Amino acid sequence: MKILVPVKRVLDYNVKVRVKADQSGVDLANVKMSMNPFDEIAVEEAVRLKEKGIATEIVAVSIGPAQAKDTIITALTIGADRGILIQTDQDIEPLAVAKLLKAVAEAEQPDLIIMGKQAIDGDNNATGQMLSTLLDWPQATFASKVVVENGEAHVTREVDGGLQTLGVKLPAVITTDLRLNEPRYASLPNIMKAKKKPLEIKAITDYAVDVVPRLKVLKVTEPPKRTAGIKVADAAELVANLKSAGVL
Amino acid sequence: MAVLVIADHDGAHLRDTTNKTLTAALQLSTDVDVLVYGDGVQSIADAAAKLSGVRKVLLSQSADLKQDIAEDVAALVTGLAANYDVVAIPASSAGKNFAPRVAALLDVSLLSDVMEVVDANTFVRPIYAGNALETVQTSEAKKVMTVRTTAFKAAAEAEGGSATVETVAAPASKAGTRFISEEKVVSDRPELGAAKIVVSGGRALGSKEEFDAVIDPLADKLGAAVGASRAAVDAGYAPNDYQVGQTGKVVAPALYIAVGISGAIQHLAGMKDSKVIVAINKDPEAPIFSVADYGLVADYKTAVPDLMKALG
Repeated sequence: MKILVPVKRVLDYNVKVRVKADQSGVDLANVKMSMNPFDEIAVEEAVRLKEKGIATEIVAVSIGPAQAKDTIITALTIGADRGILIQTDQDIEPLAVAKLLKAVAEAEQPDLIIMGKQAIDGDNNATGQMLSTLLDWPQATFASKVVVENGEAHVTREVDGGLQTLGVKLPAVITTDLRLNEPRYASLPNIMKAKKKPLEIKAITDYAVDVVPRLKVLKVTEPPKRTAGIKVADAAELVANLKSAGVL
Repeated sequence: MAVLVIADHDGAHLRDTTNKTLTAALQLSTDVDVLVYGDGVQSIADAAAKLSGVRKVLLSQSADLKQDIAEDVAALVTGLAANYDVVAIPASSAGKNFAPRVAALLDVSLLSDVMEVVDANTFVRPIYAGNALETVQTSEAKKVMTVRTTAFKAAAEAEGGSATVETVAAPASKAGTRFISEEKVVSDRPELGAAKIVVSGGRALGSKEEFDAVIDPLADKLGAAVGASRAAVDAGYAPNDYQVGQTGKVVAPALYIAVGISGAIQHLAGMKDSKVIVAINKDPEAPIFSVADYGLVADYKTAVPDLMKALG
């Protein structure tokens, strides 16, 4: 079984987000970038399926600038077998990403696509569902458990108020939630090995996909700032304050 | 312009999120219809028809729709979308599951987590877990959006309207996905994402036993949901679904109480939109105090029992 894992290079989740003074976006110059945490979980899940003997090949694909190569190498370090980078400096919207990934899926013919439920930059939570729709493959989002047997994936999903388990016929698209697994740390020998794995560079023009943005970003601003309030001396003073603030 | 609002409900009652999504829809148009889907949900449709501002309620029922299979719900909504300019969906886990499918079927963008309607084509949405706000303009004829319901007030009166309820056929279910089971959390506590009060514990608690012994009674006393920092989750003190933060749940309750949480960037991203924030931490330099309305510099070991006592 072959698994395709889309991965995205994003601002590291521990880095403070700074909005540019000209309101054109978030400042990404000279800050730490990492693999989107939900994608890391997706790669880990694919590697575990390979270690169980269910998957035979894992292909990591990324759409992004030349540096997104590092993101693919991270996936190869965790245990993916080869990578594809669709190199572009353009910001690609979820619908266009889904269309590009559909083209990749048609060329690669995976049995399963596992990807993060959302990227922590755009926070859209849309690409996986769109890809499933365009491919007309079943979808199971927000996965906290995946069991593959008899051509079907049993996916336990995190939904409001509990869990839901769906059976999806393969090929299918699964998006990951936090509880699915804890990604392993990269070991030095694996990092060395990853650098020798095949990594193919493609261009947007290699695919017949319209990636012209549909949305115009007028501005990116900082949310209203919170200011530090007051220090209270003890619990009684705290409760008195909360009562007068009307929240107790 | 006509707007179709997709109702959010728990099978028995309309959720407050439906009313809040209606508020967003009414900022776009006065022609607002509501779709209620599920099985055995006639009474929910009747309740939706009474909401002030609703023009018409569409009711679609089948056993498949009850399971909230995204493929089925998206097929239903996309079929109805021909009659509307905007489809507005509460950004619940169900809404987030099917909304992008509707957008893809219509070949339009998804406007996700809309928190402000600027005008008919311009919307504000959070990016980077709310650490930045993006104002986007669309020129697409049809708009599909999910609505961040915590950003809108429930404006419609529950008994103000008298809309008609019209039945629409449910589409045939797709074969690729089947429902196997569900496990609803049986808890007297409210859901973390919807709670009015959240009590969260951090790494300072030191163990799962201590977390349960300190955080749970305080939460129960306040009728609050329980949350945790990523550090506490990573250390195994709390289950992963308790996680509040950029990679966990983003919450905005009326009152958020952080106990023994230092306030890492990724945690602050998940709770800084709370109305009132309380921080209890023995380190006066902890970053959590920079966003707290009320800070209590004290060891939780004495502060939480004192707080329990003060609450009576």
